[in-house]
Amino acid sequence: MIQTALFIWLVPLAAFVINILVGKRLPRKGDWLSVSAIGISFILSLILLVKILINWDPNFSITASVPWIDLGSSFKLNMGIYLDNLAVIMIAAVSTVSFLVHVYSIGYMEGDPLYNRFFSYLSLFSFSMLGLIMWDNLFGIYIMWELVGICSYLLIGFYFEKDSASNAGKKAFITNRVGDYGFLIGLLILFTTLGTFNLAQIQEGISKGLLSGGWLTAAGILLFAGAVGKSAQFPLHVWLPDAMEGPTPVSALIHAATMVAAGVYLMARLSFMLSFNAMLVVAYVGGFTALFAATIAITQYDIKRVLAYSTISQLGYMIMAIGVGSYVAGFFHLVTHAMFKAGLFLASGSVIHAVHHSMEKTGIHGDPNDMRNMGGFRTKMPITHLVFVIFSLALSGIPFFSGFLSKDAILGGSLAFAMSQSNPVHYLLPTFGFLAAAITAFYMFRLIIMTFYGEAKNIKLFEHIHESPKVMTIPLLTLAALSLFFFYTIPSLNPMGAEGGWFMHLVQKPVSAVALQLGRSVYTISEHAEHAAHVNGIMISITLAALGLLLAFLFYYWKKIDVAAFTKKINPLYKLSYHKYYMDEFYHATVVTGLLKWNDLLAWFDQHIIDAVVNFMAVLMRGFSSFDGLFDKYIVDGLVNGVAAVVGIFGRGLREIQTGKLQNYILGAVLGTVFIIILSMI
Amino acid sequence: MIRLETFLIIGAIVFALGIFTILYKKNAVGILMGVELLLNSVNLNFIAFSKYIDASINGQMVALFIIILAASEAAVALAIILNLYRLHATVDVSQIDDMKN
Repeated sequence: MIQTALFIWLVPLAAFVINILVGKRLPRKGDWLSVSAIGISFILSLILLVKILINWDPNFSITASVPWIDLGSSFKLNMGIYLDNLAVIMIAAVSTVSFLVHVYSIGYMEGDPLYNRFFSYLSLFSFSMLGLIMWDNLFGIYIMWELVGICSYLLIGFYFEKDSASNAGKKAFITNRVGDYGFLIGLLILFTTLGTFNLAQIQEGISKGLLSGGWLTAAGILLFAGAVGKSAQFPLHVWLPDAMEGPTPVSALIHAATMVAAGVYLMARLSFMLSFNAMLVVAYVGGFTALFAATIAITQYDIKRVLAYSTISQLGYMIMAIGVGSYVAGFFHLVTHAMFKAGLFLASGSVIHAVHHSMEKTGIHGDPNDMRNMGGFRTKMPITHLVFVIFSLALSGIPFFSGFLSKDAILGGSLAFAMSQSNPVHYLLPTFGFLAAAITAFYMFRLIIMTFYGEAKNIKLFEHIHESPKVMTIPLLTLAALSLFFFYTIPSLNPMGAEGGWFMHLVQKPVSAVALQLGRSVYTISEHAEHAAHVNGIMISITLAALGLLLAFLFYYWKKIDVAAFTKKINPLYKLSYHKYYMDEFYHATVVTGLLKWNDLLAWFDQHIIDAVVNFMAVLMRGFSSFDGLFDKYIVDGLVNGVAAVVGIFGRGLREIQTGKLQNYILGAVLGTVFIIILSMI
Repeated sequence: MIRLETFLIIGAIVFALGIFTILYKKNAVGILMGVELLLNSVNLNFIAFSKYIDASINGQMVALFIIILAASEAAVALAIILNLYRLHATVDVSQIDDMKN
């Protein structure tokens, strides 16, 4: 299985390397390379999935590693793969969505000047995302975490000639940096106390009590900060709506289904080390985000922005589920949400694609994403309409669709948590969840009615709307099929709950290392409370979803309530929601402006202090060198010339002896001989 | 029987005459003759020593060598003198001082 996993991981990398180097010169600009690479990963991941289904073992896990960095006793790092049911299901979900998005992109990106680069980025993303899932230590996960971040940056800013797109890319990257900083500090806390990055060893160390109390809570919250950034939780959610500047397939793959869910996946993996206080933080951030983002989604007109806020809201649900201990429900929602939210984005992409082409043909100028230009597309785009309704029903939590099962599990879990706690304040969590559920149904059907029903706003535009090509509709239909309930409840066919299904059987809540450390369960939710909460949860959530749906129809379909008059009545609230609670303005006024001021100060310091010091040093050095030059000229050179002059004087004197007359020399020789003889005689 | 000292004294006188000739004569050919005198005085000594002291023929062999050497030396020296004359139109060594200074 390890080899299969390695293939799943590395084949997209190979496609990326080939594509980025020579993709432009390949036939069809190399799209087939990326698509077939992810296709191979997709098939292999299905094989893995079938294998764990045959195993039917909730405790299945397999690991293999090789030494990677060895710096003696102080630092050793292994590169390894860890597979359990959670990882395999996640791999299958990611490669499925990724494969479908690749196929869809062939149609959507057709004719783009950077077609080949788009596909190579998608391959790189698939590689990093799959690595993030598989790696057995937090160090490797961190590397892959940053790699998906950079892919996200590159793909958000894919239309980089547009200012808004490149700014959105930067915003996403910088906002993520804030969270990742927390992640890094959390990692360092774990490493300094436990001396390892390996997940299994961390679990063991915490069970033994090597890290406990405040530091453990701090580590949990700091690691969660990374997830807050990546999964766009309040207060770092601001980047995700802007990320919709990227091409729609990217929004579907990265900013709805996989990368933003990486934070949830990480928290699911790390749920064993969350202390009770850390869990409360996680739960409240998630619950608040779920409601907060949903209220913004109501008033947006950009079709993709509505979906973006919806994504933030749903991610909040998942995070809340992890926080209240309903780990399985959170992960379940991750998988079902990946399918229908990717589908929603692709379907909205199909609509935008059609509007965009129609605008090009008719010469109308406008924003192809704006729902106010749409209306009545039902007849022109029947397949897109059908899948859109299916996805929306799933997202709204209507029975017989996948979203109902998972969302209901989360709501039930949070309700059970609140019931098991003595502090009644914790009833806020299920309240957040239920309110958000009602609002979700409302804004989704507002979107559908505005887009597909009613009168066409612009007849000329409307006439040129066409259904998208097969290469785009087939992935949509596949995802729509995957949004039906029975894929997740097999072998039971109960549409009201997934308890008998393979998913709930294979994914089990991990043993909390914190509970082992303290020798007791941090908190226990009795079976009875859970069951009672589940039944109540179903009742309330169906009622609320139906209410939201009904309201949407009242407002927008039957027009029983005048929208304009109503918004005027609650104008302050409407404005607050329309302007996203002024979060962007707030960050601009505080963080961005402050940073720019700080930059100005630093620039001034650079120019006036550092430059002055450097220039002064230069002057000083020049003075010193001219003194040095004098020394050289008069002392060193004088010595050398003096020696030469002395030798010259001696030479001139000795020269006189050389007369050039033969007999003088001979006389000298004879006299010398005589002198030596006399000397030897004495 | 003539005594060894007689030979040595005659040799010394001839040697002194040779030195004197070399130092005194301005003519290059005369200097050459002086050199011959030096060589022959040494020959006289070699032969005398070989007769009176050594009783072998080593000294006489060396004398023979010196005679041959003197012949070749004379040939080379005369050639040099001829060239000297061709260059300077004189064989007066006191006027030939190209190597001065």
